[in-house]
Amino acid sequence: MEFDLAIVGCGVVGAACAYELSKYNLKIVVLERENDVAASGATKSNSAVIHAGFDPPTDTLMAKLNVAGSQIAQNLLVELDVAHKKCGALVLAFTEEDEITLRNLYDRGTKNGTQGLKILDRLQTLSLEPNLNPALRAALHAPTSMIVSPWEYTLALAEVAVQNGATILLEHEVLDIKQKGGVFEINTPKTKITANYILNAGGLFADKIHNMVASPSYEITPDKGEYFLLDRNKGETLKHTIFQCPNQHGKGVLVSPTVHGNIIVGPSSNDPPKGLFDVSHTAAALERVAKTAKLSVPDLDFYSNIRNFAGNRAKTNRGDFIIEAAADVPKFVDCGGIVSPGLSAAPAIAIMAAELLQEAGLRLEHRAKFNGSRKAILFKELSDAEKNAAISQDKSYAHIICRCETITEGDILWALRSPVPPRSLDAVKRRVSAGFGRCQGGFCSPRVLEILTDYYGCSPTDILQDLAGTELLFHETKTGQEGDNMDRCSIIQKEE
Amino acid sequence: MDKYSIIIVGGGPAGLAAAYGAWKSEKFRESDKILIIERDKELGGILNQCIHNGFGLHYFKEELTGPEYAERFVRMLEDSPIEIMTDTMVLEITRESEGIKVCTIGKNVGYTNLYADTIVLSMGCRERTRGAIGISGTRPAGVFTAGTAQRYVNIEGYMPGRRVVVLGSGDIGLIMARRMTLEGAKVLACVELMPFSSGLTRNIVQCLHDYDIPLYLSHTITEIRGEKRVEQVVMSRVDENRRPIAGSEVVFDCDTLLLSVGLIPENELSKTANIELDMRTGGPVVSESMETSSSGIFACGNVLHVHDLVDFVSQEGERAGISAISYVHEISQGREKSDIFKLINGANVSYTVPQRMDMARISNNTTVFFRVNRVFAQSRISVTSGGVEIVSYKRTHMLPAEMERILLPKKILERANGDITISCTEETR
Repeated sequence: MEFDLAIVGCGVVGAACAYELSKYNLKIVVLERENDVAASGATKSNSAVIHAGFDPPTDTLMAKLNVAGSQIAQNLLVELDVAHKKCGALVLAFTEEDEITLRNLYDRGTKNGTQGLKILDRLQTLSLEPNLNPALRAALHAPTSMIVSPWEYTLALAEVAVQNGATILLEHEVLDIKQKGGVFEINTPKTKITANYILNAGGLFADKIHNMVASPSYEITPDKGEYFLLDRNKGETLKHTIFQCPNQHGKGVLVSPTVHGNIIVGPSSNDPPKGLFDVSHTAAALERVAKTAKLSVPDLDFYSNIRNFAGNRAKTNRGDFIIEAAADVPKFVDCGGIVSPGLSAAPAIAIMAAELLQEAGLRLEHRAKFNGSRKAILFKELSDAEKNAAISQDKSYAHIICRCETITEGDILWALRSPVPPRSLDAVKRRVSAGFGRCQGGFCSPRVLEILTDYYGCSPTDILQDLAGTELLFHETKTGQEGDNMDRCSIIQKEE
Repeated sequence: MDKYSIIIVGGGPAGLAAAYGAWKSEKFRESDKILIIERDKELGGILNQCIHNGFGLHYFKEELTGPEYAERFVRMLEDSPIEIMTDTMVLEITRESEGIKVCTIGKNVGYTNLYADTIVLSMGCRERTRGAIGISGTRPAGVFTAGTAQRYVNIEGYMPGRRVVVLGSGDIGLIMARRMTLEGAKVLACVELMPFSSGLTRNIVQCLHDYDIPLYLSHTITEIRGEKRVEQVVMSRVDENRRPIAGSEVVFDCDTLLLSVGLIPENELSKTANIELDMRTGGPVVSESMETSSSGIFACGNVLHVHDLVDFVSQEGERAGISAISYVHEISQGREKSDIFKLINGANVSYTVPQRMDMARISNNTTVFFRVNRVFAQSRISVTSGGVEIVSYKRTHMLPAEMERILLPKKILERANGDITISCTEETR
């Protein structure tokens, strides 16, 4: 298969690049190693915040693209109909030293171009957020800070790219890349792809992808962040995203509402994983997170925790985002080292990457008809009249599947008919939040599974929990037949 | 406007019994309209997936399976005028001037509001999950709550595991340890945090001992390993404060971890109706007639407090149904005020249901359910009011896992002159 451009990775950066470049007359392919977009890596597991831009040091790419990206996002998220909320952020100061930090952040943010920053005194802060620790002394208020669903954002970008002609190939891990006669030959387990240009949005694997074709220029060391997600009934605790001042004890943790109405608490820091794939969560790190978070919000109720999770940041030895053409391979453009604020910066990263590709010779000619919008329909968010209309057109909207989040069969079928349909239970969860609530899929997962098997005409044993290998059901009861999973089981038995 | 006398939310054992109780009550009149709303395809609730036997020994005086028990009640309602809506779910309950408004959604009714004089809440409970107990480690496939696994095996007909560890010795965990074994899986261990099991003794014997499945008391699972599917779980011994003891770790090679770590009454709807909840039970605060803090709204079964035996759920459901139909006819005549006494948890009692006594409406015999907070041998249950003991009961043993009940005759309750305290003490022989 031949393409003008191959984008490696379909996290938020890969998807944003696919979206941006699908505005032009190009044959684009996105190669994703996993079975879904936004399914792993930092896009799957992060704080779900679009930062205002006061944190990154001035004159870094991080600062520039954070501010630009979050400005683009304000309209883009509406155009893409992605769940988001401009809830604003507060950085809390508890000591005199913290107050100096606040002023520094204020100055830095102003230089970076962050709009509307303001330092609030204790009473002003507490009147905005009465559940904060009354021992606070002041806060920096950043009104442009937003919360977003990172999965829906990525999915929406990918969907628009697909609706404008891009091809997304899932389960296409890039194994090696060769340059032959001025084009790249990309080997995947399934097919061989040729492309004139490569855009590397490989996340945690970006350095390895880079080194397949260019001489090494950066190295990724994963850095884990662990989180709590509290029940939706605690969503009223806070209205703003709450940060702490970085000090000698560390960066602090954030406590924030999410667009789904939960409270997110994290991430841990100085928490090195055992490898790129190690996203386990640990009692020790989470205990530190909980303790630190309680400084901001003393009454946080960790008994209402519904899920812990962790993600790895793609930290590099270069400290800033790496968005550049490889020195020795100009048609290979890196988007590497995308740690926080990568989610915020993604649309600006994509524009910068497009410019670099153009400089390297890629012709960017506007597509005659670019369809840049998308509409998400979630039954529970409709008005009463719309709900009745939806049901009268399609009875499946009257069938509640996920009782915790009030998700209907119609919502799930809508996701299945979308440009990038879900194949697993968690893929359904990321799209329509069935199984996202307090019972964590206890009630709805057998029902979602049934909808998936009916839709795809497959056996329940074919439906995965999430990524490849996450088998859910092994075989039918009492048939005497075993599924195809016997190998692993017999290996375990041999070890005994 | 079409208005129901009673809308029963949930068609499991509690809701079915409430309907039956209301219909069979002497207060029931032909003009009374009763509706059961059930979100699943059929009535019976979680009983339908409980295909083991042991149900009905108290209520029907015979041993039935879960589906048989449910069917008995469905049959008992067959000739009744009770309306049933399946595949229908209640989203919200609020009070309006026209009556209690029930926002409902279902394939047959669409998205609509129904109105009723009274409501019986019988939504049951849900299982606690991994997140609620915070087990560290990876997050692979293969970690199921025991009830979800039970559904996969018994309803869907698929096996969710081959080598299984069960965390928690609650009844569903014990039943599933046996069930998975009978279906050919190897159950390596049942692990219990407390120094005693939280399941019925008969289930420990019939589900673990009979199949040589070891029960590890004062142990817990401290880590889950495996990237895609569970590969190992790590078990640790815990100290008297239930903290894992370093160095006591044992690793099991398994592909599945079943969680039977507690049930939570599902009261999201009760919250929409602003009903007062009891932190101890997780369910509504009720009077002896099963009436919640919101007049005309009753609750019964596992939404009220988690029961060990369905028989008592049925009993409680009937009581709620009878109370609801009485209420319907009482309000039409104007309801008289009454003294409300509180039931107070005395020594070693962790909760009681009911939590209140509506003294003008007590029946001839009031059942009080309660749980003790530790294991008792020869013991004495004392009921006092105003510092005076009004009645006492003896028990040869009591366990936190087994719900206790006492029957308070009306003439004894009438001796109470204020709040009533129930306490338990060990008898020295």
